[in-house]
Amino acid sequence: MKLSDEIAQAAADKDILLMTHIVLGYPSFETNKEVIAQMVANGVDLIEMQIPFSEPMADGPVIIKANQDSLLDGTRLNDCLNFARQMTETHAIPFLFMTYYNILFKYGIESFCRRALETGIRGFIVPDLPPEEGADYLKYTRQYGLAPIQIFAPTSTPERMRFLAEAGGGFIYCVARRGVTGTQTTFDEEFNNYIAQCRASTDMPLAVGFGISNRDDVQSLVGKADIAVIGSETIRLVDRQGAAAVGPFIAGLR
Amino acid sequence: MKNLNGYYGQWGGAFIPEVLHETFRQLKDFYDKARQDPAFWQEYADLMATYSCRPTPLTAADNLSRHFGGARIFIKREDLNHTGAHKANNVMGQGLLVKRMGKGRVIAETGAGQHGVATATMAAKFGFKCTIYMGEEDVMRQRPNVFWMEKLGAEVIPVTTGSKTLKDAINAAFRDWVTNMDNTHYCLGTACGPHPFPEMVAWFQSIIGLEAREQIERQFGKPPARVYACVGGGSNALGIFQGFLDLPAVELVGVEAGGEGLESGRHAARLASRDGSPGVAQGYKTMFLQDDDGQMRTTHSVAAGLDYVGVSPILTDLWEQGRVRFASATDSEVMAALELTMLNEGIIPALESSHAFVQAFKEAGDMSPDEAVIINMSGRGDKDIFTIANAFKDPSWQQFIINKGKEYEAER
Repeated sequence: MKLSDEIAQAAADKDILLMTHIVLGYPSFETNKEVIAQMVANGVDLIEMQIPFSEPMADGPVIIKANQDSLLDGTRLNDCLNFARQMTETHAIPFLFMTYYNILFKYGIESFCRRALETGIRGFIVPDLPPEEGADYLKYTRQYGLAPIQIFAPTSTPERMRFLAEAGGGFIYCVARRGVTGTQTTFDEEFNNYIAQCRASTDMPLAVGFGISNRDDVQSLVGKADIAVIGSETIRLVDRQGAAAVGPFIAGLR
Repeated sequence: MKNLNGYYGQWGGAFIPEVLHETFRQLKDFYDKARQDPAFWQEYADLMATYSCRPTPLTAADNLSRHFGGARIFIKREDLNHTGAHKANNVMGQGLLVKRMGKGRVIAETGAGQHGVATATMAAKFGFKCTIYMGEEDVMRQRPNVFWMEKLGAEVIPVTTGSKTLKDAINAAFRDWVTNMDNTHYCLGTACGPHPFPEMVAWFQSIIGLEAREQIERQFGKPPARVYACVGGGSNALGIFQGFLDLPAVELVGVEAGGEGLESGRHAARLASRDGSPGVAQGYKTMFLQDDDGQMRTTHSVAAGLDYVGVSPILTDLWEQGRVRFASATDSEVMAALELTMLNEGIIPALESSHAFVQAFKEAGDMSPDEAVIINMSGRGDKDIFTIANAFKDPSWQQFIINKGKEYEAER
């Protein structure tokens, strides 16, 4: 089934879906495994696994540090791909890769798509690759049935949103505010107008991320977005309280 | 150096997060209008003439020419710019553009601190707020430049992520920009990054080549046989090369940081070594020093301004076309060339610029006296006394610092 249809189907029985994020190899693949198991057991609907990159220009301090520490620990791309395969074989929910374009570019875009498909990955989020620069990427993700998830920002014009939606697949990742990952977002009138604009620009499901960190944040997205994205917050939680804290945290979000 | 879609051959582009799409659209718009407006360039040239000693001289280095006994050596004196380097050209140009855009704040990355000082200077002159991102390691190494940036009214933020050097400062500046783009312009310091930065920075720096072309024809009667420039990001090299690109007989030579030698792996030679490979990072496609997974490697040079993983996509294209030849100079060759230039000409090139001198010195002796070479002296070395004295391991300087330290300690 297409990722967008699968999401629409899952969304039919729930107020809102949850997507969570992990940085591969941080603090270790062992911990990643435990965190993912806790996430899935507590009802997470999709997981984005970030392949660490040395220059994560769109990320905030928490995720930058996780990228950096993972690489310092010796994480290689191949480790990430092997781990991803284990996860997709173990858990039934859709898994995505989030990473920066150079990781795909250096590997070879078609080879990367083929490998990701074999790995059981359903789509990619690549924040530094606008559709204008992604002709090959869009071609090969289509060819291999992977969703090239596109990003809307509060600065995107309505025409731009339609253009991005045209290029995209799976769902649209709506960046809740300006800035980088990991700081608080306020859900005010301006935000509501923005989400209404996103909705008007596409039929695809909408995920909202950046600064979603607690039950109130998630609740405030019900009826507006299809998917709430929890990013930096679970990394903070694992740093402070260990992997076991993730389950209760996720369970308390909806 | 004009290219509509931001590509030079297969290099360049604009790999930017969606949140900056509108900001770049606006920047391109203002830049294109400025570029088509002769009054803008005139305003720029007037500003540089009255604020920054332009045109900078072309100095005949007759003692060095005699020393090598070959080509006539000329030195383009970008060191005589205000703030002591070619960086001022780009910064003042972008400052005029910021005025047109009506923004009130500028941010910049800096490695050694030259671009930071130049940006802080421009911000003071134009009345902009200013924040400079600088790797924590560089803040430690380059305290005198941090001192001046702060005195000029800029806020200097040490960057503690990644390798804590130039590339990390660029990432940090982008992160500021994605938050504050409405009132803030990112004054990128070199001909790298997403379109239109490479083209725009190269345009402001082309003033070097325009002058040099006219000066060499006046002073030597014909164009030079070769032009040498050091290459970090590539802005000073592109600046002077543009004056001679239309003359195929003029050989253009870019000199990268050979660090401890190309075979040591501790260098920053993206094009002159075999270690570079195509990649996309920091918003553009070029040859990067990276591993097989696409992770950027750490680089090394005695000259902080050349210590960078990527290189201007415009230069990568000119290299691929065979129009620009690339060489590298090791840290120790650089120190020797610097010493020779000081003793023979009474001129103190920056460590960065000294790389260009190394290659010119290697070749000048084999050339004929009716040929000229131009070395682009991108900046002056005397203001980097801490770095240069340290690189020379000068014992009396070290003793001076120790004594000064004791004095401050006693006053506390």
